[in-house]
Amino acid sequence: MVTGKKSQTGARLTIGVLSVFSLIWIAPILFSILQSFRPFADVVSKGVMSWPTHLTFENYTHAFVQSRMWLFFLNSVEVAVPAVVLTLFLASMIAFVLSRYESRFSVPLLMLFTAGNLLPPQLLFIPLYRIFLKIHVPHFINSNGVLYDTQLGLILVHVSIQIGFATFVLTNYLRTIPKEISESALVDGANVWNHFFRIILPLLRPALASLGVLMTTWIYNDFFWAVVLLKTGNKRPITAALSNLQGEFNTDYNLLAAGACMAFIPTLLVFFAMRKHFVAGLTLGSTKG
Amino acid sequence: MTSVLEGPVAKIAPAKKKKKTGSHNFSGNDKVTLSAFVGFPTLLHVVFVWLPAVCTILLSFTFWDGIGGFKSIKWVGFTNYRQIFTLDDNLPVAIRNNILWLLVFALIASPLGILLAYFIDKNLKGTQFYQTSFYLPLVISLAVTGIIWDNIVRTDGVLNALLGDTNPDTAISWMGDPHKNIWVVLVIASWRHIGYVMLLYLAGMKSVDPSLREASAIDGASEWYTFRRVIIPSLRPVNVIIVVITVIESLRAFDLVFILNRGTNGLQTLGVLVYQDIQGESARIGWGAAYATLLFLICLGPIMVYLYQNFSKGDD
Repeated sequence: MVTGKKSQTGARLTIGVLSVFSLIWIAPILFSILQSFRPFADVVSKGVMSWPTHLTFENYTHAFVQSRMWLFFLNSVEVAVPAVVLTLFLASMIAFVLSRYESRFSVPLLMLFTAGNLLPPQLLFIPLYRIFLKIHVPHFINSNGVLYDTQLGLILVHVSIQIGFATFVLTNYLRTIPKEISESALVDGANVWNHFFRIILPLLRPALASLGVLMTTWIYNDFFWAVVLLKTGNKRPITAALSNLQGEFNTDYNLLAAGACMAFIPTLLVFFAMRKHFVAGLTLGSTKG
Repeated sequence: MTSVLEGPVAKIAPAKKKKKTGSHNFSGNDKVTLSAFVGFPTLLHVVFVWLPAVCTILLSFTFWDGIGGFKSIKWVGFTNYRQIFTLDDNLPVAIRNNILWLLVFALIASPLGILLAYFIDKNLKGTQFYQTSFYLPLVISLAVTGIIWDNIVRTDGVLNALLGDTNPDTAISWMGDPHKNIWVVLVIASWRHIGYVMLLYLAGMKSVDPSLREASAIDGASEWYTFRRVIIPSLRPVNVIIVVITVIESLRAFDLVFILNRGTNGLQTLGVLVYQDIQGESARIGWGAAYATLLFLICLGPIMVYLYQNFSKGDD
């Protein structure tokens, strides 16, 4: 433990380096936000680095009303919320069985889920796209009568993939909780159903909160599956709809910046409100148990 | 995080009795419940993840234009692989890009993330601000990230303005030049990856037994030496996960290049080629499937490492 002048200058130097790095890190985000408040004509005539003299909400109202970003935002929510709820529910069920009723199938099954979660999405989408074109759904779900180009299909794919990660995390989490809690319930004569709903689900609550925050962000931010499985512009989630704002020849970059801000501000708010959960969610999977 | 649970859990003495949990006397209802609990999620995962994965691998050995029904699929052996390696000019570029991506992530971005975690772990003034700044890119969709950075790197963007030339005829075209754009994309991708590695490492470092550091300090080792020789080796699980995400993320690369220029003109990656070959009239499903299978084969290494790390010691 060296104290004194040397370590103090060291600390100052570290603070300096970290501050500079941090500012570089947030600069692109802050710059986008600034751009979203400037009129395009202003930037075109004076240059992108010119001092903003004229700030306006016009880009936002334009993006919101004419470009219907509200619709695309709702689309994102319509996909993310059911997908996350379903993923967590299904993964809790299987994690419960894998951790409380171990059999010789437990480890292979958990490996199946863990490995499935790591498969590259590109390996899955060709057959999924083709299969979805063949699966028939009632017309109130899709006027074309097939699963392709429906939010239901998108939800199904998200759930099926994310179950892998969620099962892995939740099983490890439950394994760290002594089985004796369960056993006292079993002595009381609780059946499997009650054991799960009355005992295990409440125990899982902290892990579910963290996973929930993380997965909502992931699914909301998804771009690949939305591009691959949806064709109709109106059904697209906000990440995929942003490309609507990219003009063929002359893009209004300030409008685009407003659209981008509308897409990332909800996730930033969730992050600031539930940062602990977000970080915990990301690290849950990385440490054993 | 787990504080809610620690109370009641800690009070229960861990009993050592080894009970075979498989031999419960289940009632008929319980059996049905258990089968449903396991069966339904497993079915979903197998049908929508594993089955398509196997189908893709099989399709890579076939010829199919995607227009005719499944009956028009013809088995052609390794033809697709031979063709993509000899006929497709995009493949060498994509492989070069994926390798560059991997090298930059492995040699620059990941070590930088670990280094930042080391500095941030000192809990200096403003540590919350630093952490938040590095986490923010993780929260933002990669597609949106592309749009945010486009402000900086387009011809009349911030970077050229700082360099003093935004004239479209003379200024540097960062995204248009197929020899430069991949490096720009790698900077953007690293912007995100560094924060990810930092977050994982920082969390890992918090879990290190403090007595390890104390012992090392008593031996007269410097903090930096302790970090390199004591802390890093003790964080094996975190190191493994960082290797895994470094490899997998750099191979999957799709969103960023796709939003920037649809993955063309120097920005091809394996992940994009899969997509391009199955689109449109002249779909070559077999080629796309062959690219996807290649991608899978390369990912197989890190997947095995990860499984080994998590399952080799059996139950905890």
